[in-house]
Amino acid sequence: MPDVELERYELFEAPAHRFQLERRDFFKFLGGGLVLLLALDNSASAQESGRAAAAFRGDARPPELAAWLHIAEDGTVTVYTGKTEVGQNIRTSLAQAVAEELRTPIQSIRLVMADTDLTPYDMGTFGSRTTPLMAPQMKKVGAAAREALIDLAAAKWKIDRSSIAVAAGAVKNNTTGESVGFGELTRGQQLLKTVDTAAVTPPSDWKLQGTSAAKVNALDIVTGAHRYTPDVTRPGMLYGRVLRPPAFNAKLTSFDAKEASAIPDAVIVRDGDFAGAVAPDEATLDKAIAAIKAEWKREPQPSGSELFDYLKKNVEPQRAGGAPGPGNLPGHGDIEQGLRAAAHKLEAAYTVAYIAHVPLEPRSAVAEWTDGKLTVWTGTQRPWGVKSDLVEAFKIPEDRVRVIVPDTGSAYGGKHTGEAAVEAARLAQAANRPVKLIWSREEEFTWAYFRPAGVIEIRSGVSSDGLITAWEFHNYNSGPSAIETPYEIANRAIQFHATASPLRQGSYRGLAATANHFARESHMDDLAAAVAMDPLEFRLKNLKNDRLRAVLQAAAEKFGWATAKSAPGSASSTHGFGLACGVEKGGYVATCAEISIVPAEYLGAEVVPPPPRVKIERVVTAFECGAIVNPEHLKNQIEGSVVMGIGGALFEAVEFSNGRILNPRLSRYRVPRFSDLPVIETVLVDRKDLPSAGAGETPIVGLAPALGNAIFQATGTRIRSLPMTPRGFVKPL
Amino acid sequence: MELVVNQKHYRLLVDSDRRLLWVLRDELELTGTKYGCGEGQCGACTVLIDGAPLRSCMVRASAVAGKQITTIEGLAQNGKLHPLQEAFIQSDAMQCGYCTPGMIMSGVSLLKKTPQPSEPEIRRALEGNICRCGTYPRIIKAVQMAATMAGGPHA
Repeated sequence: MPDVELERYELFEAPAHRFQLERRDFFKFLGGGLVLLLALDNSASAQESGRAAAAFRGDARPPELAAWLHIAEDGTVTVYTGKTEVGQNIRTSLAQAVAEELRTPIQSIRLVMADTDLTPYDMGTFGSRTTPLMAPQMKKVGAAAREALIDLAAAKWKIDRSSIAVAAGAVKNNTTGESVGFGELTRGQQLLKTVDTAAVTPPSDWKLQGTSAAKVNALDIVTGAHRYTPDVTRPGMLYGRVLRPPAFNAKLTSFDAKEASAIPDAVIVRDGDFAGAVAPDEATLDKAIAAIKAEWKREPQPSGSELFDYLKKNVEPQRAGGAPGPGNLPGHGDIEQGLRAAAHKLEAAYTVAYIAHVPLEPRSAVAEWTDGKLTVWTGTQRPWGVKSDLVEAFKIPEDRVRVIVPDTGSAYGGKHTGEAAVEAARLAQAANRPVKLIWSREEEFTWAYFRPAGVIEIRSGVSSDGLITAWEFHNYNSGPSAIETPYEIANRAIQFHATASPLRQGSYRGLAATANHFARESHMDDLAAAVAMDPLEFRLKNLKNDRLRAVLQAAAEKFGWATAKSAPGSASSTHGFGLACGVEKGGYVATCAEISIVPAEYLGAEVVPPPPRVKIERVVTAFECGAIVNPEHLKNQIEGSVVMGIGGALFEAVEFSNGRILNPRLSRYRVPRFSDLPVIETVLVDRKDLPSAGAGETPIVGLAPALGNAIFQATGTRIRSLPMTPRGFVKPL
Repeated sequence: MELVVNQKHYRLLVDSDRRLLWVLRDELELTGTKYGCGEGQCGACTVLIDGAPLRSCMVRASAVAGKQITTIEGLAQNGKLHPLQEAFIQSDAMQCGYCTPGMIMSGVSLLKKTPQPSEPEIRRALEGNICRCGTYPRIIKAVQMAATMAGGPHA
């Protein structure tokens, strides 16, 4: 197992398979031209897409290729990658990477992504890994292609390579001034070259990377032309739906489809506990599903009211395949001694609710069987994982399954599994026609998986001059991501405890880094308050990490931390200012927030006036992730993280009781809207001297604690549960 | 029933209780209009009926028979994008883009009624549209940019 975070629970669920992959005949499907294959080396990126990934869920692979690139005789450059586009804009940033090396305009690069028949194996698009791991591979294959073009030109012109330059999408003879296009050089050839490395252009020399290239397929998006999975159609296609049990873990005990089967054009399917219907349109489907008479045996299950108690009482050290877990960090020093040396001792518990990803494109799939071969279009972050699910579900050879992932209507870590694909394929098999299945919003809220709930307990001590003397941190269930403290503390013990979970849980943008930062950075403010220090000063006093200090100071400066609190109006107790910082996945973030406490609108319908609400006035985020690839898209990701983070911080929570979700609709589960939008400012810290890290996740982690700290500053009330104000600002008991 | 979609007339033999969203998507293959929630909460399915925004998941197709229905596919005229479509591209006002068609349709309707909307007016008009990726600040900018674009068939 490569270093996949432990709390990606959903990835550990399916059993192992072992298959052989046939060697592809590249020119058979590519036509003539130049093909560059990048063989895997033993670097970290190899874990992502090949040999080292073999141990991942048992998905064994022969030695494989990391990336390939084709220059067609008409000059079209096509690059193949197994990564998926889910809104993080890697179709653009990866095209930038290849175009940079090929010295060609970005428009001339076409990316084929996430098609298990056409693109190299890939473990999945998660963990902010595309930019640090896949982009360098794209660059290597692009650089190797450029060198191969120079070789071709040198042979053609019978001159030395040093007299040849590649620029603006053409190869130029510096001596004669003659210039040829890429396609012309490869015409009539079938050149296959395998390389394992190539020298790439360093950030200091970037011309295209580092600039704000526009989203490459933006035109298709704004015209409605892009076909997401729910928009895919096939000849003769029908529509499918699954009959859902009334609760989790219910067993089908009786099934009567006489009436449903009598509905013209409806096909009713039952296979064990799985049942569903296929019909020519959604209205007939409604009728068919409603006409099925099914009875289910339910079993009692924990409810939301007992959640945190349940997590503490159901620790399962052997969970997640018995992996020891990266969260069980070696202790340092002696906690009790550190507490004895403290002038102030604190002890606090924090809780985090389950939340839902709510991708606007619900899970969906189109499945088609042709001569025993299954093709499935589906929005997933793990095309090969879904392929394995299908191979296993239908007991068919791996070369009979193809998974194609259209650019997807978002995922946020929520689309790692292949339920809709398996369901659509089963219904298509029964109907003997292609079937499209789109989960309803209620299904999406119920049958996907959730961000883990958790309990975090901290014991700490601080000296009278503001040095932290002891830090004991226990995380139950939510996960070990960013569990380590970035502060310098001699006596510390930090541990993650896996537990049983009442609900199905898995990855979510930033994983548990949000929960761990919420607890840690809230607690940091309480320690600062105990010694009457400014929260910024207190952090800097205990922090050596230069990169983290830099973003913290950059955010504070932009926000005007030093002056904000004494500015006119802020003396009013209704305004509060808070900050938080952290590091995760190679990204360094600091967030400053200003909130106000405003009266909720009293419509007179309530018996008592509703509690006031927290209004977020302004958020400043400073972020550093090495050399910046695309400043505008980076800002977009940071802004998006802030907006999405508002929901989990203030009001999102999945409510459940005895195996049922109680709020599985957008009218019952509030997500951030325009009215929740604060003034959002970002500070990008560009480090051209450092490798680029991913940026889609980490900017989210500072928001919740910064808001909590601002609420504390405004009201003196510390809220230790996420979401903090699901029903408005109420002082905890 | 007869539907007039993007100035084209369609004669359809479909059940009168079918929702407009699914008739557009599954019968006319106009898949730019998206399903997001089925209860009028997210705005992904927004189309214009005689210029006014409507949640196509909530309304029966038969209820709008004969009226002028405009979907995202009908916004560009003679290959020229509507200013708001252009502004969405220039403002990078999308990430996954799934909400974009509905967002643009709501914005177009606002600009038609209020050619120079204030920021609070933009927020209010788009409050019923969800962008889960959180590109709200950019969407506001795009609407403001479109408002300043002079000329064009829709200005």
